[in-house]
Amino acid sequence: MAKLRGRGIAAICYPTGMNLGGDPSQTVIVARPDGTFVVNVASVELGQGLRTVLSQIAAEAIGASVEDVEVRFGDTQLAPHDTGTFASRTTHRMGNAIVKAGQEIRQILLDIASKILEVSPQDLEIKNGKIWVKGVPDKSITVREVASQAQFVYNTPVVGKGHYVKPKSIVDPDTGESDPHSTMAHGCVVADVEVDTETGQVTVLQLFTVYEVGRAINPKLVEGQIIGGAVMGLGAALRETVYPRYPQITHQTKSFREYVLPTAGDIPKIIYKIVESPTPTGPYGAKGVGEMVANGIAPAIVNAVYDAIGVQITELPITPEKVLKAIREKSQSVNEHRV
Amino acid sequence: MRIRFKLDGQDVEVDVKHTDTLLKVLKDRIGVGSVHFGCGEGSCGACMVLINGRLRYSCLTLAGYVDGKEVTTVAALARDGELTEIQRAFLENDAAQCGYCTPGMILTAKVLLEKNPSPSDEELFDALAGNLCRCTGYIPIINAIKSVSRR
Repeated sequence: MAKLRGRGIAAICYPTGMNLGGDPSQTVIVARPDGTFVVNVASVELGQGLRTVLSQIAAEAIGASVEDVEVRFGDTQLAPHDTGTFASRTTHRMGNAIVKAGQEIRQILLDIASKILEVSPQDLEIKNGKIWVKGVPDKSITVREVASQAQFVYNTPVVGKGHYVKPKSIVDPDTGESDPHSTMAHGCVVADVEVDTETGQVTVLQLFTVYEVGRAINPKLVEGQIIGGAVMGLGAALRETVYPRYPQITHQTKSFREYVLPTAGDIPKIIYKIVESPTPTGPYGAKGVGEMVANGIAPAIVNAVYDAIGVQITELPITPEKVLKAIREKSQSVNEHRV
Repeated sequence: MRIRFKLDGQDVEVDVKHTDTLLKVLKDRIGVGSVHFGCGEGSCGACMVLINGRLRYSCLTLAGYVDGKEVTTVAALARDGELTEIQRAFLENDAAQCGYCTPGMILTAKVLLEKNPSPSDEELFDALAGNLCRCTGYIPIINAIKSVSRR
């Protein structure tokens, strides 16, 4: 009986969203009378940081300062259609819609500012809540002032609308070629584990992860997704299962006592790195991050267990029972060969 | 039955059934927003409150039990809008994502650090074992608590 160590690797290509014409996102951005903006989306903030990321994207697209942008979400009666908050799609899909809506607003602001400053719109620059004449930074006006004057003086509604959908791509009957996804994010996980061959217990010692996310619109939030996803993947690899432990359905997991989540003491060292390779289809190059950060963990752990004990566990979670059984079957088959 | 208790320093008087849990009374009757229903059986820690300064699952506590006692929620920690050190540490370390576990985590951390201002990793993990988090992966929470512990 021994404690055996192993290292496993898994890599992942993760397509963002549902694709193939199936998941449109739409938004309307409206200026309030005080010149601040409301971004109406039917997406939902789940803690992933959507409110922050979409505000950043809207502020960048409009040229407003991020404090002057409020994202309102979760009310499908007040916001235009969105397919939903899933499939790592909201930053990319809704982000793209917001960029379009923001650019409409930017154009309205530049037109109004050109009247106020008496220059042509082409000679104006807009960024971080300020509009100024190119080369003459002193001749400037705030975005809030312009958005407000548009409504009160120039009788112009400051409204922008935007939409995004990945068009349907037909498979070429001759070559089988198609363009199925809007963008692909990438990742790699290396797991180091220790397997106790007496108890069957698998301990993850450390996880190295690297993710290529297009552009990290908010790196702090991407980090949060990476760590949270790693621990979710860890739970899926070693513990979490909804299947009954006995043949009857009445023995199904019903609570957190049987469905065992990782707790604070179960977390291995997690080393992570974000790589940026902006995609032309994403808002400022962003891709979807949320799910792939959980998906690669279990395969890497399974491979590390294989490296340690020489048996591939083919069903999650990797419980001590399965490990002991696998070790026993392996040693039996070795003995049979010897006979 | 009618019970009287102090909730975050204020006197409260409320009619409850003998079978009502404290969680139900706080959430549904009084409208406290920071106690959350997670599992209803003392596994997750989302409903944690302090009763006479001791950490308790409000989902496992009958409301009648707190008659004449003091109940403290996370809302009572900040004074005049000034966050406590541990709350600021949670903010600075991005220790909340969806926020469902956060009140319980902060109360647990507060009680731990009052008893033991410089907990070892083992003591910290033991203290947090009754609080589940699904989003953060715990690392930011552990970092936040470590940042205010004296070691």
